[in-house]
Amino acid sequence: MTDAPTNQRLETGAADDTVWVQEVAFIDSVPRWIAMTFVFVVFIGTWDLVTRMGLVSPIILPTPWETFGDMIFVGNNLLSGDYMLVALWITVKEVIYGFALAIAIGFSLGVLVGETAFGEKAVMPYLVAIDTMPKVAFAPLFVAWLGFGIESKVALAAFIATFPIVVGTAAGLHSADENARMLFKTMGASRMQTLIKMKLPTGLPQIFTGLKIGAVGVMAGAITGEFLGGGKGFGELIRVAASQLNTPRVFSLILYLSLVGLVLYLIVQWTQRKVVFWQKESVGAHDN
Amino acid sequence: MNASLAHENPGASPDAPVYELTNVSKTYARNAVVALENVDLTLRHGSFTSVIGSSGCGKSTLLKIMAGLIPPTKGRVILQDKPVTGPRRDIGMMFQQATLFPWKTAVENIVLPIEIRDGKAAAKLAREKAYDLLDIVGLKGFENVYPNELSGGMAQRASICRMLITEPAVLLLDEPFSALDELSRDMMNMELQRICREQDATAFLVTHSIQEAVILSDEIVVMKPRPGRIAEIVHVDLPRPRTLDMMTTPRFGEIVDHIRGMLDKGENM
Repeated sequence: MTDAPTNQRLETGAADDTVWVQEVAFIDSVPRWIAMTFVFVVFIGTWDLVTRMGLVSPIILPTPWETFGDMIFVGNNLLSGDYMLVALWITVKEVIYGFALAIAIGFSLGVLVGETAFGEKAVMPYLVAIDTMPKVAFAPLFVAWLGFGIESKVALAAFIATFPIVVGTAAGLHSADENARMLFKTMGASRMQTLIKMKLPTGLPQIFTGLKIGAVGVMAGAITGEFLGGGKGFGELIRVAASQLNTPRVFSLILYLSLVGLVLYLIVQWTQRKVVFWQKESVGAHDN
Repeated sequence: MNASLAHENPGASPDAPVYELTNVSKTYARNAVVALENVDLTLRHGSFTSVIGSSGCGKSTLLKIMAGLIPPTKGRVILQDKPVTGPRRDIGMMFQQATLFPWKTAVENIVLPIEIRDGKAAAKLAREKAYDLLDIVGLKGFENVYPNELSGGMAQRASICRMLITEPAVLLLDEPFSALDELSRDMMNMELQRICREQDATAFLVTHSIQEAVILSDEIVVMKPRPGRIAEIVHVDLPRPRTLDMMTTPRFGEIVDHIRGMLDKGENM
């Protein structure tokens, strides 16, 4: 016996058994948390190195430590319920209202388009046409129509998030296979029964995919609305910090904002797991 | 051809006709294709009939007409003395895929036809019967299991129960086990035979497998394409109950050869 692994194998197994160990590449066998920490450290290290060597101006890119320091400041402000929390709450409200509106409109239009020939022929082409437009460009219009308050932001957020929900719902309703349709026909099911008892449940995975894309879009819509239409939300704080060249503040505000988006996404994903309990494999890539 | 093969009907009880098709034709207007031409067919009570033919011979059109899913262009389609003008409770159907819904447990899937026709309360009452059916197909203990956890064969057993829950007068089987592996398929065919006998069911099977048709059927409808029509109705005189061993008997081989010959002739037309 020359190499160690072979010796070990012979010690554990009986001499006659053909027991051998499959090789797994080192990079694939690293535990998840170590791998994640590694990537994080490399990222921060590179960031630190770039700023330390003076490759970019500190006004453009602050050091990671400045940013962390500012995150603690902003975190304290949020926890103590100061003006930043008020601003965050405004943005969160815009996101919630916008998402609720997008779900209501998107789902209704999705059923119209996915279930009726009329909707598919007459409504879908217009939806596609509007969907291809850069929706952010509508922001000034919403401000003109609805003013500088929360309404224009809610409208833009809903406007952006509606389309993925329409598409997800319509695709979901189309995803029922021929056998299931035929089965419902042979059972004498009405159109409504077929929709509620078969097509909608079958389409739930796609509907939730639309909701997840919408959840990301609604955040972008609310912030864009605040950038372009003023107001008192978190987007305004970012705009002000940027105009003051307070880059660490911009970074830390964006990071806190991304937490809001993440929470919304996780809520949708959690709901999906509860509602679409039979879809076990593909809800999250890391599910085992 | 061998006369004794074609027009003999030993064993099968000369029972009352359940399903009668007279001179049925179907032309698809869109491309003026004659899918079915002058089909005459009678299914007698408790009999097992298979239809076999190459693709385009109109067997799925025939099945859809018999299920009340599409209307014929011509002819009479009479089930239990009433013309079939749409889906009916006394027609049970089973497909190539089990088509169980993953958000419903086995028993909820089985009572679905009752839920659709009579509402949730009636479906609840039908559960007892669903449990009995699950017992019959050998799925006792799987009542509250979701379809994800059932194998292909088990799922098809559950879909047999769903078909039987409304006590249909005729069972229309559209290649029900062709998605299964051959071992499960043979086993399920024997199960199907047993269930049909126990339930005294009248069955109509669409299949691509000559062996499957012969081992299961009293009568085999051999169809020819373009236009789809009946070439011959072959009576299978193997004794009942059939066993898989019979597939090695000379008689079985004769019938299979005969049908294969018919189908080959159809190819050259």
